[in-house]
Amino acid sequence: MSNGLIVEDRSVVIPGEILANGMDYLPGNNAYREGEVIYSKSLGLVSLSGRVIKVTPVAGPYQPKVGDKIICQVKDIAMSGWRVKTNTAYSAMLNVKDATNKFIKRDEDLSKILGVGDFIIAKISRVTSQKLIDLTMREQDLFKVSGGRIVRINSLKVPRIIGKQGSMVSLIKKYTRCDITVGQNGLILVRGREAEHEFLAEEVIKMVESKSHQRGLTEKVEAFLKEEASKIESLSSSNVGNNNESTENPEEQNGGEE
Amino acid sequence: MAYTERLDGRKANVLRPMEAKVGIIPNAEGSAYFKIGNTIAYAAVYGPREVFPRFMSNPKKGILRCHYNMLPFSGTGERIRPGNKRRSQEISMVMQKALLPVVDLDAFPNSMVEVYVEFPQTDAGTRCAAISAASMALAEAGIPMKDMVSSVAVGQVDGAVVSDLTYEEEAFDAIVSDIPVAMLHNSKEISLLQMDGEISKEDLIASLELAKETVEQVYEVQMKALKEKYQFNDNSEVKEE
Repeated sequence: MSNGLIVEDRSVVIPGEILANGMDYLPGNNAYREGEVIYSKSLGLVSLSGRVIKVTPVAGPYQPKVGDKIICQVKDIAMSGWRVKTNTAYSAMLNVKDATNKFIKRDEDLSKILGVGDFIIAKISRVTSQKLIDLTMREQDLFKVSGGRIVRINSLKVPRIIGKQGSMVSLIKKYTRCDITVGQNGLILVRGREAEHEFLAEEVIKMVESKSHQRGLTEKVEAFLKEEASKIESLSSSNVGNNNESTENPEEQNGGEE
Repeated sequence: MAYTERLDGRKANVLRPMEAKVGIIPNAEGSAYFKIGNTIAYAAVYGPREVFPRFMSNPKKGILRCHYNMLPFSGTGERIRPGNKRRSQEISMVMQKALLPVVDLDAFPNSMVEVYVEFPQTDAGTRCAAISAASMALAEAGIPMKDMVSSVAVGQVDGAVVSDLTYEEEAFDAIVSDIPVAMLHNSKEISLLQMDGEISKEDLIASLELAKETVEQVYEVQMKALKEKYQFNDNSEVKEE
């Protein structure tokens, strides 16, 4: 077998595929060495940085990280907090003291603050090796969701939805005039003034998800948005520009369970 | 009568025509379709998710659970009664044991990954098709795996060592043996080896060598299917689901 790199940068590899021979390269994320050979450990794209070969997976479960903003749903009320579904195999704990700045009496009914089934936007404050997760809501832009639409996507596609310095998400915001909050766990909250706007935003998000690997995606999305937005009267191009106001949406909570 | 020519005219080392596709079940984290001859397998992978019943969870690493199911109309003869049977339980177990050497669930303690394999149509070699399909579906779901598992049945029909037996061959009126084999691609380690019937020592060795050769054809099909999903040209249409 020839020495050195076997695969090209940016090519698709499957688990167990040989990436390189010999000791010239080092295995990075999702790659491993056995003897002299470096193998892939995941279905993904090869990315080469210097001598390190890593594989960027194209699919996979969300791994909770400290500092991630996630959208999750309350599933139970505990003695002094809430148990919350996080779209992973692990549920998270939200303590009363991390949920609100208000004073809560000892025997207060916690369901008055957050009820079962409520969606919240929270930040991960702690993760243990056993994947026990602690959340906090005592920071800016963390709140209980009231109104809007929850869109679920693959959590690995979240960076593409946001785009470089938020370019993609601000594009969608601009044309659909929806307020969009992206959770790192693959849940996205879309709040618009009208249901039609939210539908369009949802459609575009799904489109970005399915085309995420393509080059020049931002331009394509912009063209698509321009065309679709012109069909909706309340979004027609002459009105575009005065966007980004956060909107109170009287519409019924319509996310989550399918 | 000696078995000199196979019933469907194939050579000993030729498998039935294969087809494979991944990402066919939108609700699943990963899914695959694998067809070999008249045997069709659909595999769907869910998770990592919470373990039920709770006592089965392992705090050191995630567990893998497999479910094998033949649909009522899938056989060649009578209707198959739905539900769990001794046979499907056994095959679920051997599937799990065949796949465990490659999947790495250390990063998911106290969780489980579930693999469901359904058969709308069968013509022998189902457990092999199940493993080949499950391996693709796990890869597509993004579960860390150190290798792919490919599987093929080999055996002996009236003294002739052949690969990928059909139901007709398994039921041939002579001494027949059927040996499903699953192999890891790189190390060629065997992760499944069962046998039904009778075979001589020499034929057994010959058939395992044949398995080593023919399992590569399964691997090629698996690899092509997995890569195909991510080979896009820039003008491709938006996938509607």
